[in-house]
Amino acid sequence: MISQLTKNERQLALVIAVLVAICGLVMAVAGRGDPFGDHGVIVLVFGVAVVFVIIGGYYTPEPSKDRLASYYDDPVKAGIVFSITWAVFAMFIGDWVAWLLAYPDLTFDATWASFGRLRPVHTTGVIFGFGGNALIATSFHVMQRTARTRLPDQLSPWFVLVGYNLFCILAVSGYFMGITQSKEYAEPEWYADIWLVVVWVAYLILYLRTLARRREPHIYVANWYYMAFILVVAALHIVNNLALPISFASAKSFPIFSGVQDAMTQWWYGHNAVAFFLTAGFLGMMYYYLPKRAGRPIFSYRMSILGFWGITFFYMWVGSHHLHYTALPQWVQTLGMTFSAILLVPSWMAAANALLTLNGAWHKVRDDATLRFMMVAAVFYGLSTFEGSFMAMRPVNSLSHYTDWTVAHVHAGTLGWNSMITFGAIYYLVPQLWKRAQMYSPALVEWHFWLSVAGALVYVFAMWNSGIVQGLMWRTYNESGTLAYSFIDSLVAMHPYYIARAVGGFLFFAGAVVGFYNVWMTIRVARELKPETMEEEPALAPKAALQAAE
Amino acid sequence: MFGTHYKLERYSIGLALTIIAVASIGSLVEIAPLFTIDETVEKAPDMRVYTPLELAGRNIYIREGCYACHSQMIRTLRDEVERYGPYSLAVESQYDHPMLWGSKRTGPDLARIGGKYSDDWHVAHLNNPRDMVPVSVMPAYRALKQKELRTDDLSMQLAALNKLGVPYTDAMIKNAVNDAHGQASPDSAQADGIASRYGTATNVRAFDGNPNVLTEMDALVAYLQILGRLTDAAYKPRETAEATQ
Repeated sequence: MISQLTKNERQLALVIAVLVAICGLVMAVAGRGDPFGDHGVIVLVFGVAVVFVIIGGYYTPEPSKDRLASYYDDPVKAGIVFSITWAVFAMFIGDWVAWLLAYPDLTFDATWASFGRLRPVHTTGVIFGFGGNALIATSFHVMQRTARTRLPDQLSPWFVLVGYNLFCILAVSGYFMGITQSKEYAEPEWYADIWLVVVWVAYLILYLRTLARRREPHIYVANWYYMAFILVVAALHIVNNLALPISFASAKSFPIFSGVQDAMTQWWYGHNAVAFFLTAGFLGMMYYYLPKRAGRPIFSYRMSILGFWGITFFYMWVGSHHLHYTALPQWVQTLGMTFSAILLVPSWMAAANALLTLNGAWHKVRDDATLRFMMVAAVFYGLSTFEGSFMAMRPVNSLSHYTDWTVAHVHAGTLGWNSMITFGAIYYLVPQLWKRAQMYSPALVEWHFWLSVAGALVYVFAMWNSGIVQGLMWRTYNESGTLAYSFIDSLVAMHPYYIARAVGGFLFFAGAVVGFYNVWMTIRVARELKPETMEEEPALAPKAALQAAE
Repeated sequence: MFGTHYKLERYSIGLALTIIAVASIGSLVEIAPLFTIDETVEKAPDMRVYTPLELAGRNIYIREGCYACHSQMIRTLRDEVERYGPYSLAVESQYDHPMLWGSKRTGPDLARIGGKYSDDWHVAHLNNPRDMVPVSVMPAYRALKQKELRTDDLSMQLAALNKLGVPYTDAMIKNAVNDAHGQASPDSAQADGIASRYGTATNVRAFDGNPNVLTEMDALVAYLQILGRLTDAAYKPRETAEATQ
């Protein structure tokens, strides 16, 4: 790892790590008696650990000049390992949280283990830990291949990746301690947010520098999506997290917006995090890995253009559909609803483009679980975007909002679309990156696939049922014109569905564990291939995997 | 059209700027007017701010992630109004940094929970929800009653909110710690400050039953008991068209 860095880069890395450690020390001292100080200790330990890693490799010989003829994949490897590790951790928490709703006393009577604190650990862990690391890693991989160039230096990708994981650690450890600003999916407090801005700007600069060095005249479609993802997420993150800390030695801050404006900003952020983090970023992944694995070019260039700009333009309008019938002015709600309906067109264009790309390669889908992961992801993407547009309609929303139907919808998207495309990309990447002929066990890939599909379906159907039953019970009147059910009646009715959901979640989690084991064993024991150079196509691991499967 | 794009996708900065421009349109049209037009938030002259104790309770509500299961936004639908009370107005969360409208009701809406149950009920319920509601799936918050409330940063909190436009006076900021203690200890000398600064209608009582120790339970119950009661605006007949949406 360190041996790939030049002397200058090692020195700079050391300086940065020491600065981070000093920051941590200052935070720890200034914030004594406040959770801020506890986070200072975590930052300090993190910084010192990185210092030790750098010193450990500091005196290894410098890399030779011929490194410049090959891609720089070390950070991609690390990102993949971080991603699947976060997946196992955060999905475990997710399943625990699911059981808590059926059996609320599974908390060991500890404050850090109550539902309200674990829930953001789960959402942040899967979205930012699992998803974010996968996006960063695959974007490093994809942009080098599609630009046919190496990353501009060896240090900045590490800064982005390691810095981003420090943000995730601060976020998740904060929730356990009760540090949160309570904005859904933007819970971390002000100092973590500022740190993320630093990391994200470095990410954007790295991206643009790589594109500037490209040896292809055109920027490939996957890169448009990654670029939209980086740019818009930066804007969303900054605007929604504008806050005033009560002091520079306290974790507590107050968002500068209040009430209805805060609600609109929050859901503008919340829905566009879905749009640009969970959709645009992962579409970038899909637009590279799916055609690559299928061995077919993208079905339609025009559809990818229309889909891309449609998603970039229309998504920004739809956040207000989270606030139907609330105190948000009616005209904003109506705009959100209208654009949500239109949004179906570019969304389905992307899904159709993916599925039509598989024409002529369906036999591969049958035989190759990795490609099947990607195919199922595209199908779930199409399904959940349709469902999203449907739920944004005001009358539907009056039933679905506040119920488990929303939970079903987001999990159809995250389990079915985001996780599946990521697992597909991971199974494509791991043998290639570690120069293996194939995954350690193709059979375990099949197991992972079917556990994931089964888990996602059980989960989503359970929550669809409970959500609709819940919504209907809340609005049912009896013959004398009064409400037929108390709130508690609806809660009792949810119990069997909550158990089914926890079982489905467990299946999905078990799949992730199988995947983690398979990746681990592939890295450790599978047979090596010869290294890949920039002039030829990436090693054809898929073919070998296919032959083994047949 | 596709020819233009064929050219655009050769320039990374051009592509980046176009993405920013295209993504900005919807955001500006929907969000900017909310800050400028008067109809966004109704006027409510009787609207009052949270006392320091209620604010501390609100922070505990935030810390424990209560918003993940309880909304504080009653929609303009018949069944919601009949179940929870008059629908929520924008003005009621005018001083809420951040708003806690929520997105999920695993438990019921809390926008108008204030005054619905006794303090004793809340204390018992938070201590173990299943003592009061046998089928509840809410976590127990036993630690709240044992844990003393942290008050040393309350003045800073009020000062920060004041900078953001919440009308806390200098006297309120200066006496925040005193008032937090006074509100939960009706017979103490500190209690007088509360009535003079926040009005005689403010709840002043030992919320958790013990006036001698200021606990997190005091704060959270004080907060729950004020929800929906900062203003009476929602109970008054509506005049403007916007209000009946």
